[in-house]
Amino acid sequence: MPEAFAWDAERAKQIIAEHAGLEGPMLPILHALQEEFGCVAAAAVSLIAEALNLTRAEVHGVVTFYHDFRREPCAPHILQICRAEACQSMGSEDLAAAVLAKLGVGWHGTTRDGELTVEPVYCLGLCATSPSALLDGEPLGRLNLDKITEALEEARAA
Amino acid sequence: MTRIFVPKDAAALAVGANQVAASIAAEVRARVLPVEIVRTGSRGMFFLEPLIEVETAHGRIGYGPVSASDIASLFDSGLMSGGAHALRIGKPEEHPFLSGQTRLTFAHCGIIDPLSLADYAAHGGWKGLARAIEIGPSAIVAEVTKSGLRGRGGAGFPTGIKWKTVADTSADRKYVACNADEGDSGTFADRMIMEGDPFALIEGMTICGIGVGATKGYVYCRSEYPHAGKTFSEALRIAREAGYLGPNIQGSGFTFELELRMGAGAYICGEETSMLESLEGKRGIVRAKPPLPAHKGLFARPTVVNNVLSLVAVPTVLDRGAEFYAGFGFGRSRGTMPIQIAGNVRYGGLYETGFGLTLGEIVDSIGGGTLSGRPVRAVQCGGPLGAYFPRSLFDTPYDYEAFSACDGLVGHGGLVVFDDTVDMARMARFAMEFCAIESCGKCTPCRIGATRGVEVIDRVLAGVKTAENMVLLEDLCNTMKFGSLCALGGFVPYPVMSAVRHFREDFAPRALAAAESRALAAAE
Repeated sequence: MPEAFAWDAERAKQIIAEHAGLEGPMLPILHALQEEFGCVAAAAVSLIAEALNLTRAEVHGVVTFYHDFRREPCAPHILQICRAEACQSMGSEDLAAAVLAKLGVGWHGTTRDGELTVEPVYCLGLCATSPSALLDGEPLGRLNLDKITEALEEARAA
Repeated sequence: MTRIFVPKDAAALAVGANQVAASIAAEVRARVLPVEIVRTGSRGMFFLEPLIEVETAHGRIGYGPVSASDIASLFDSGLMSGGAHALRIGKPEEHPFLSGQTRLTFAHCGIIDPLSLADYAAHGGWKGLARAIEIGPSAIVAEVTKSGLRGRGGAGFPTGIKWKTVADTSADRKYVACNADEGDSGTFADRMIMEGDPFALIEGMTICGIGVGATKGYVYCRSEYPHAGKTFSEALRIAREAGYLGPNIQGSGFTFELELRMGAGAYICGEETSMLESLEGKRGIVRAKPPLPAHKGLFARPTVVNNVLSLVAVPTVLDRGAEFYAGFGFGRSRGTMPIQIAGNVRYGGLYETGFGLTLGEIVDSIGGGTLSGRPVRAVQCGGPLGAYFPRSLFDTPYDYEAFSACDGLVGHGGLVVFDDTVDMARMARFAMEFCAIESCGKCTPCRIGATRGVEVIDRVLAGVKTAENMVLLEDLCNTMKFGSLCALGGFVPYPVMSAVRHFREDFAPRALAAAESRALAAAE
């Protein structure tokens, strides 16, 4: 996962300018900002609005429409557990409940040590190796509680 | 030099393909063997992943499912010459799961190095494009029309007619927008292509661009597919450098540029007009039709919006001819369909075949029943907006017309198998819940109806006026079906009502106690 850097308005302006020439540059800009800063901060909204000649409300509307864009950085590690039907057919709901209980968090929650955020995701296209998840962007399949626990320990140790 | 093939398809990675590749590399170093490790896409036999293959004098020999700890024993058993081993499956193409398939769209997937232009060309790549350049735009559109190809994204609209509409509409510029926002659970065919045969998509889109007079194309890939995005953007760079994209493609005088855009986690952006809004940089709010995207699409210009699988079928249609492609299939469903068998199934994977097998043949014979070994109770066909089929409908032929005759959906070709532990009332509730989470909010039946749907099902399960609430649920489903602007709100009644119709016993209040006690047991 990208590390969250401190906000830097000059760097943000530079990123916006790099993409402003594209047709429909909004999503590429938002992705690039989140990649750099770990989230799309409120301060970025005004800069984008200015650069693309939009209102802040319009930019805010786009940022909040998409599940991916965060307003605040998440933990250094992120576990996205699939909740869609194919994974459900292999017991993902029970598995997710067990993982959340073990970590002591709810969906979208971050563990008390601030190391891990758990998010639901609706299909990763790994539907013939269910249940599945992404841990820091890397796919995991045929999961059970032991496998997830082991993968989490490895990620934290790394 | 012996070539050993290890998939880097995301589903293979999910079950340890990278660890297998690393273990092979270590073993090769230790034994000082002349080996080249080639990373490929997947053959689509996910029950055998990680499936490695070794090139021998007698063809490629497969071994799977392999784990990193098996590698030393594989080399000891003579892996280099395809030696005997408990994991040896023989030639993959002779495996029963593959030998019955007709691989046109997936002809190269799992076989070639996805980023090798030489490999792609050696397996018949770019021949469709060469013929397209030779015969010119109007003949391209005529050929695609004649092939009977229908949109593989879900709606099954004739591809040739869509192309002709765009070709006949004059504008200062036109676009090709490829929908790779494959959000349906139980589907992974688009992902496999982008990771395993990306040049085929580039070739198909270029042919489309030449055919309709578009000079710019976009591929809209969902962000849940980071590996597909990475491989495809690398393929774009390679194709551009080799003159397969850009001005004057292969000296033909035609120009076509292609760009990859990543979505941002909104299921609704798989709906074509919502995808166009998203590409323009807006909220993914569905547009009212008309105007059709073919007349006024991306940036209000005529736009072909096609699914990955439709576009990847095009090089075959051009290279082998419309008659060849139309020679496969059943009734008005021509050509082949990459069926994706998923969920609780023994032999899960991608099965490309002409239309016309029965659902029961696909699930029981090809899929081998459930992975859990329990009886198959329901199969959801066509993603989260598709109906649940009970065993009593297993004689339904797999084609667009037969499925829609029993309120079902071929959709993008996904099948999710459930065993007899499934709680169908919970699945119906989930369909409503998912719709509520993913609704774009533009139309009331979908935005509010989905939330009300969850509440009504909760009341049914809690035993509050069960009979009255079941009537209300059906009424709500009809409102959503006929009153929603797009297929999200319009189709979510199909899984819900099919669950009610075929599995009504699950909607008794006692189902709640069973489900809750299971959830409680799991949480403890």
